[in-house]
Amino acid sequence: MQVAIDPSLAQIALFILGGLGFVMISLLVARLIRPNRPNPEKLSIYESGEEPIGPAWMQFNARFYVVALIFLLFEVEILFLFPWALIFGDAEWQAATNGRWGYFALAEMSIFVLILAFGLAYVWAKGHLDWVKPNPTISAFKGVVPEGKYQSINQKYSQFKHGAS
Amino acid sequence: MSTFFFFLPFLLLYTVWAVYAERKVSAFIQDRTGPMETGKYGMLQTVADLLKLLMKEDIVPTASDRWYFKAAPVLIFTAVFAGFAVVPLTLGWAGSGTEVGVFYLMAIISLDVVGILMAGWSANSKYTLLGAFRSVAQMISYEVPLASCIVCVVIICQSLDLQAISYQQGIFSTSPNYLFGIKAWGISTNELGGFLTWNILRAPVLIPVFLIFFICALAESNRAPFDLPEAEAELVGGFHTEYSGFRWAMVMLSEYGMMLLLSFLMSILFLGSWNTPLPNIGSMKLALWTSGTAGSVASFFWGAFWLIGKSLLLIIVMMWVRWTYPRLRVDQLMSLCWKYLTPAAILLFFLSALWRLWMI
Repeated sequence: MQVAIDPSLAQIALFILGGLGFVMISLLVARLIRPNRPNPEKLSIYESGEEPIGPAWMQFNARFYVVALIFLLFEVEILFLFPWALIFGDAEWQAATNGRWGYFALAEMSIFVLILAFGLAYVWAKGHLDWVKPNPTISAFKGVVPEGKYQSINQKYSQFKHGAS
Repeated sequence: MSTFFFFLPFLLLYTVWAVYAERKVSAFIQDRTGPMETGKYGMLQTVADLLKLLMKEDIVPTASDRWYFKAAPVLIFTAVFAGFAVVPLTLGWAGSGTEVGVFYLMAIISLDVVGILMAGWSANSKYTLLGAFRSVAQMISYEVPLASCIVCVVIICQSLDLQAISYQQGIFSTSPNYLFGIKAWGISTNELGGFLTWNILRAPVLIPVFLIFFICALAESNRAPFDLPEAEAELVGGFHTEYSGFRWAMVMLSEYGMMLLLSFLMSILFLGSWNTPLPNIGSMKLALWTSGTAGSVASFFWGAFWLIGKSLLLIIVMMWVRWTYPRLRVDQLMSLCWKYLTPAAILLFFLSALWRLWMI
């Protein structure tokens, strides 16, 4: 039995399998010519020269979950927008409905997008979009040189710099 | 013949060139000379690096998840390379003619994220794990405005096929094109061609869309100023810290491949694809001279020349940006994406839809 294969899908398969084949072959070639002399130090995890303390597989910041959830929300929205975008501006249907088709389709999609935009606004107002910010503390150190001295020196040299040009 | 046989060698040659160009561009910006020893002006430096990487020992840490660790670079490269399947190269020579073109492209390059998470998690190192988390959070966040920008172009062009979008933007267009897309003025640009029929001028609403797309493309390919995932000063090498030898080269190759793919996409969606930038001016038929007659060998080479030229130019701009701007902080990165780019992209989506209904 002959199975008809869509040539456009065959092209995609060629790219996927060809890419895979290329990586495999080049890794195989590398395997044939590279040395292999492992030792425990070489095979340990790099932690800036220190002995690694504990595994890295542990709890992480829950904010990443929130970002993933917001992403899912919007990616599904965009998934639906693609087929809609293809037909909403169709010139023939526009002409057949006296231009109402496009506005009707746009109004429908606007409701959908605005509900999701409302979701974004909610997440925003709840503060889930605010990442942990660094909070720099200004040192309370008081030097013996009065602060005005630095300013006057800076002024003196900036005048010199600008005066030269 | 399939474009596969062009893109695979081209990707390798391009990477060798791009790594060299990156070093020379950074050297020029920082007032250094860059690599000078290997070959004339150091031109063989990347070739030498590549040979060195091929002969380096492949280290798989004992504490790592062995198979995931080994498979991740394969997945990353395959995902990026498969994206090239739908990229048209020139007049009459596109890869897969599937009608869902750019949609497929978005889907397949998302697998890159899975590969990065695999690489970072399986190495069992704190640096790689943090790098992978940052990378994944950044890539999925910026995919939202990126995909919205593609929707804007699809609304204007009414096609997902990148080759069909390419045909619309030049003198070979079968649909009418007007100056700035405004039909009421009645100035047809079908005969003029050149940059006047590029998408950004065919519908000027796409100019801000292009800017957002460019910013997101930088973030998607983990380039500075969005290179937090591999911030050298904090995370050593980010998600690929533990890789060595040719596996590391694969990760690097796919990073540059991603840059190339997104530059191709930018040229096709906004900058006229394989169409010439020069318009016909009176008896000076610049557009005809620089694109040849449809179907001839000359048109084939002109098309490839313009598309690749535009893409490489965009890559040079990306490098220029990398060596000009400082790196963002994580909170700035997230607020830029969710509080500025995404609302702007939603607004532009509505503007593009109205533009399509009013102007075309």
